[in-house]
Amino acid sequence: MSELDSLYQQIILDHSKARQGSGLATEPAPVGARLGESHQINTTCGDEVTVRVAVVDGKIEQIRWDGDGCAISMAAASVISELGEGEGVGELRAKIETFRELMRSRGTVEADEDVLGDAAAFSGVSKYPARVKCAMLAWVAVEHALAEAEA
Amino acid sequence: MATTRSAPHAPAGDAPAFADERVALFRADFPILGRSVNGVPLVYLDSAATSQTPLGVLEAERHFYKHENAAVNRGSHTLAVEATDTFEAARATLAGFLGALPEEIVWTSNATEGLNLLAYSFSNASLGRGGQAARRFALQPGDEIVVTEMEHHANLIPWQELAFRTGATLRFIPITDDGELRLDEAERIIGDRTRVLAVTHASNVLGTINPVVDLVALARRVGALVLLDACQSAPHLPLDLHALDVDFAVLSGHKMLAPTGIGVLYGRRELLDAMPPFLTGGSMITTVTMEQAEYLPAPHRFEAGTQRVSQAVAFAEAVRYLEAAGMDRVRAWDSQLGQRLVEGLADLDGIRVVGPEAGRERIGLAAFDVDGVHAHDVGQFLDDRGIAVRVGHHCAQPLHRRLGLTATTRASTYLYTTTDEVDAFLSAVAEVRGYFGVTS
Repeated sequence: MSELDSLYQQIILDHSKARQGSGLATEPAPVGARLGESHQINTTCGDEVTVRVAVVDGKIEQIRWDGDGCAISMAAASVISELGEGEGVGELRAKIETFRELMRSRGTVEADEDVLGDAAAFSGVSKYPARVKCAMLAWVAVEHALAEAEA
Repeated sequence: MATTRSAPHAPAGDAPAFADERVALFRADFPILGRSVNGVPLVYLDSAATSQTPLGVLEAERHFYKHENAAVNRGSHTLAVEATDTFEAARATLAGFLGALPEEIVWTSNATEGLNLLAYSFSNASLGRGGQAARRFALQPGDEIVVTEMEHHANLIPWQELAFRTGATLRFIPITDDGELRLDEAERIIGDRTRVLAVTHASNVLGTINPVVDLVALARRVGALVLLDACQSAPHLPLDLHALDVDFAVLSGHKMLAPTGIGVLYGRRELLDAMPPFLTGGSMITTVTMEQAEYLPAPHRFEAGTQRVSQAVAFAEAVRYLEAAGMDRVRAWDSQLGQRLVEGLADLDGIRVVGPEAGRERIGLAAFDVDGVHAHDVGQFLDDRGIAVRVGHHCAQPLHRRLGLTATTRASTYLYTTTDEVDAFLSAVAEVRGYFGVTS
């Protein structure tokens, strides 16, 4: 696999097109859930994402988002939306931290697919420091939204 | 080839473009162009962001430090005198290049600083500094500052801030869908309330060359001051600021073969001499008491503190390099490559070039949208082929919003860019949508 192909793995390209959880307005937040929202902008390229999380009894019921950006940032939003729903807040936080370490590793860390699922496909991004922000954008937004939901 | 209305520069095409052999000679002066990235030869198509620097310019800066370095405009020893002479000779070189007087050339760190210098000097005048002579720069509620929809943030935000500080109103001249200024709107907007017209000479996104003569005429009719952002024109077109009859102009050295950290603010002499300073301190005064200070005439009243002497010296060497190449021929070459870019891109499916269509005059750049692929991904794909382009909003968010886009990919050329490089870029762009699985 070429370097470029390791960045744009098929899983990432698929997620960037069939975006899981995309559309804040498509589905209302579950009644009675604690809600948190976060808007994040990548100032270097203008990519942006708005994420809404709905938490019930410490469990993430729903992650919905709107965004505009590159394949990496959109796929990352799709992946965390899919990965996060049904997770406990603490568990997802731990996964976000694992993903962050992977992104910062400059290619030195092996992604654990059992933990990260489709997000493991982003390991190639870590070799492109200029793109790490793209991958992190929605994940940081989820982190902030969770903090707001729990406040 | 179509040309812009009554711009005072001759239409592209009256000077011959460079022969390929000449471009090869230029390239020998730019060692960085010979390197490879990602295991393939570098194709540098990002000169509109920053140009590369030839060996002679690097050597000029090194020579200054090796043989002539001293504090300028303050010492009396031999070395200080020599350094001052070299520094002021650099100013005269820039003045000659721009069709201005040496006293009209103020060194800045870049065009952005030049624009902020102006905005803050106007601000100081608005507070009454500079006395009666500076009243022409003072703004108050009811006054209007006019910019255009195609401005770089550097020629927008300083005016927004000046409007906030003074209560003046900021207005803008809209563009057509083809990325040209709406002159009918300009005529309507530039009126009795207009005090300042700040406009780019050539757009860093659209490539459009604006009709400066027409705009200056509109401003003169109402007595407004005209500022020209020459960042994208000074590197690529012969420029004669006196002939253009603008009041102020700014440019950045690093876009025209000089190092970073050096730029120029041009101002008509009588204006600069009447304008209150922005930065104050050493080297810009005549007499100082504990209470107040009197200031030197321009340009030194705007050059507080130790200046970027070696960079000014290098900048002068850079414009000598351009003069030796011939600015009319640089324009012809950039124009030819710009047309090749636009024509090549227009032939590809799913590509939308912004700005004037093929055949219309533009500088050597083309920004475009690839349907279904974000600019960041386009740039990444090209980088994998060694092709360096700019992606994003190019510091022109309002313009991109107007075009219905958030980001574009931009390729830009200079005198060292080859036709083969443009063609390699076009071949790579042709593969982008397929790579990302966009078929429709």
